[in-house]
Amino acid sequence: MYSEYIDEAMLQAYIHDTTQIIEKIEHLMIQNEQVEVLSKDVIDQVFRDVHTIKVSSATMMYNNISEIAHVLEDLFSIIRNDITIKYDLSMLTDLIFEGIDFYKIELLKVSNNQLVDGDATNLKDNINIFIDEIRLTNNLDTTDNTIEISDQYYINKKEDNVKCYYKIHLMFDDGCEMENIRAYTVVQNIMEKTDVVYYQPNNIIEDESTMALIKESGFNMVIKTELSKVILEEILNETIFLESLTVNEITLDEFDVLSILYQTEIFEEPIKDTEIELPIEKDNIIMTETPVDNKVIGVSTEKLDALMNLVGELVIAESMVTENPEVTELKIESFDKASRQLKKLSGDLQDMVMGIRMVPLTTTFLNMHRVVKDMNTKCNKEVTLEVNGESTEVDKNIIEKLKNPLIQIIRNAIEHGIEPPAKRTSLGKSNQGLITLQAENSGSDVLIIIKDDGKGLNKKLIYDKAIKQQLISSNMEDLSDSDIYQLIFHPDYSTHNNEIENREHDISMHVIHEILESVGGGVIVDSIPDKSTTVTIKIPLTQAIIEGMNLKVGQSRFTLPLMTIKESFRPKHDDVFKDPSGNEMIILRGSCYPILRLHEYYGIATKVKKCHEGILVMIEENEKSICLLADELIGQQQVVVKTLPGYIKAQKNIKGVSGCTLLGDGNISLILDVKQLNNFNKVEVIQ
Amino acid sequence: MNNLGKEIVNEDTMKGKFLTFTLGKEFYGIDICYVTEIVGIQPITVVPELPDFIKGIINLRGQIIPVMDARLKFGKIVKEYNDRTCIIVIDVNELSIGVIVDAVAEVLTLSEENIVPPPMVGGSGRKYIKNIGKNNEQVILIIDSGALLNQEELENIQDYSD
Repeated sequence: MYSEYIDEAMLQAYIHDTTQIIEKIEHLMIQNEQVEVLSKDVIDQVFRDVHTIKVSSATMMYNNISEIAHVLEDLFSIIRNDITIKYDLSMLTDLIFEGIDFYKIELLKVSNNQLVDGDATNLKDNINIFIDEIRLTNNLDTTDNTIEISDQYYINKKEDNVKCYYKIHLMFDDGCEMENIRAYTVVQNIMEKTDVVYYQPNNIIEDESTMALIKESGFNMVIKTELSKVILEEILNETIFLESLTVNEITLDEFDVLSILYQTEIFEEPIKDTEIELPIEKDNIIMTETPVDNKVIGVSTEKLDALMNLVGELVIAESMVTENPEVTELKIESFDKASRQLKKLSGDLQDMVMGIRMVPLTTTFLNMHRVVKDMNTKCNKEVTLEVNGESTEVDKNIIEKLKNPLIQIIRNAIEHGIEPPAKRTSLGKSNQGLITLQAENSGSDVLIIIKDDGKGLNKKLIYDKAIKQQLISSNMEDLSDSDIYQLIFHPDYSTHNNEIENREHDISMHVIHEILESVGGGVIVDSIPDKSTTVTIKIPLTQAIIEGMNLKVGQSRFTLPLMTIKESFRPKHDDVFKDPSGNEMIILRGSCYPILRLHEYYGIATKVKKCHEGILVMIEENEKSICLLADELIGQQQVVVKTLPGYIKAQKNIKGVSGCTLLGDGNISLILDVKQLNNFNKVEVIQ
Repeated sequence: MNNLGKEIVNEDTMKGKFLTFTLGKEFYGIDICYVTEIVGIQPITVVPELPDFIKGIINLRGQIIPVMDARLKFGKIVKEYNDRTCIIVIDVNELSIGVIVDAVAEVLTLSEENIVPPPMVGGSGRKYIKNIGKNNEQVILIIDSGALLNQEELENIQDYSD
């Protein structure tokens, strides 16, 4: 019943914030792996973070998460109180990592809307045992500083069994939302520790309108309890988003009066809004407490996508206005000036919006340290990870997809590439393996280079396996090194025997290749036998907007990505010839290039049938070049890439077309896929 | 909970309403709940390699919509477009497509008893007819929008794509 009220936005905020906190803790612990003793700052930071997790998980009713956080909080509160306390740091680190792993699994359940039912009693017991050990070794007494109700005999000045009555009024922070649910949480909290609770408004769960009421006039309770006022206040002060709290002692008579009042009062006051819907704009709620985070705001990626689309449309609309043929003919100077200004502004806006979606690779790369550490333990190897260029920024969507391939590549490097320490020493290498993870910008792409100094790829082994699985039929001498290495990306190339567990989590090189292709990137492998293996991942900075060159073929318009164009020229009639198989070719500066006639390829009617009447555009991709014959070049334009409508894509995969875009005059232009065009007849280029 | 209320209300007001259009002398109807808009015929950008009845794509206020010619789809002879020719944009399961028709007639409300299942005759185009509607003496062929966008058709129209 309760979970209906936890709306989607609140859930997202919880998942986002808790994930960030967990990552922070993980990074801190990894950074501090090698130190003798944790510094005070680190302990404080982890203590605060764990406390936040405890409170927010309790609010969301994920009790198992909250309980683990609670014991971790106890642990850290002990060691933070006294910096001289001795404890086993590696044990502590292991316990924390166990906790973090548990959280990751549970959070996954949360985001998949599954039951969050993980059983962590083992972990909890282990942590408690650890805490007891610390107490024993350091001769601490068993009382601690956290508020426990059983400690009330220290502070409560009243005799036992004397009941007190209190009237409590609380106000929640402005904008914290869900006040009725928070009030209910408070009641639940209090109910465990008191005899009787009456509260007003009392239909907080059934009636959503109570939320507005509580927002305006606060939440009232009368309770009968043995607790002292001080303890009561301490308990209530833990309520998240509490703005103000007043606790007043009252007499039995007053208690009786108020309890009757609170029980029977049913609110029929007309609420100002007709319907109070569950709040929607929750994305900006920050659940962490550290002040540093106030400079950062969390925005849902759906909003960013919508913003990107709008800006894209704006760019198109701006072109339609400023390049309208009838207007440009009039040659009005003030209009030209204004449209230049408009163009500049929309360009800046576009750059800024695209920049918003860019996220540095830092977090992704730092997470790899953990992967390396785990694999080291699993494979009994010693590998260190060196990270460079982690501040390079990449589109957020792409980063999500990068994570798993990166993890898999590093796992492969440690599992298969790097030799065990003994073997390395016998080969004259240092017994610690080294993996370098480097990111750099290159043109409009980002390159991520993963290099390990292991045993490299064995060409013969790969070739033999490929022959056995009938993937290729050429001789080994006919294939270049890179051809052989690329074989590992073949869908049917099966990798190594099942040596290490977790096979189910592994993804094959082919899948990695597909994932990267789906975002418009690629992956290549190179290797020096016995020395190193280098995997280079190439990803585009952004997929949505490209610089394009518009071509005209008959009545149709096509657009080529500008970077694929090497040159364009009008050939002389005699330069074009046909080879023995009938394919048209042209010789340019000593090299031969095949010609693809766009009007023939797509069956378009056009007047330009001879090469020397049209224009040849030389395109290049992956070091292969061909020439396209078009009627004329229209001009360069920054275009917003739109995918072809779903219906058309479902009908047929149109060869050579990767999408479409709107031109300044409102016409639609098809965007050409250079890779597919390059393979139009699979002719070997004679160079 | 609010959305549920809205949907129920919508269905009631949209049930039994059909947008009727003509192809030659015949009247056809489409369930109004699938119709997003109606626009006049506008320049179509040809996309190569598609079956004949898919004429290409149009730019509808920034959105790219594929269009099909209803005459070709139903196996009739093609006619030249004039100023009465319209494109009816329908949206089924988030797939949008425009259907080019001779002319648009009106929105008719047909009660349950005036809607009968189609006769079991063969012939191309019949597989798209969901029901037959009667409006006074007029026979209206009610189109199954889902079938119109169905990709199984791909196997049946192999001859077009070569």
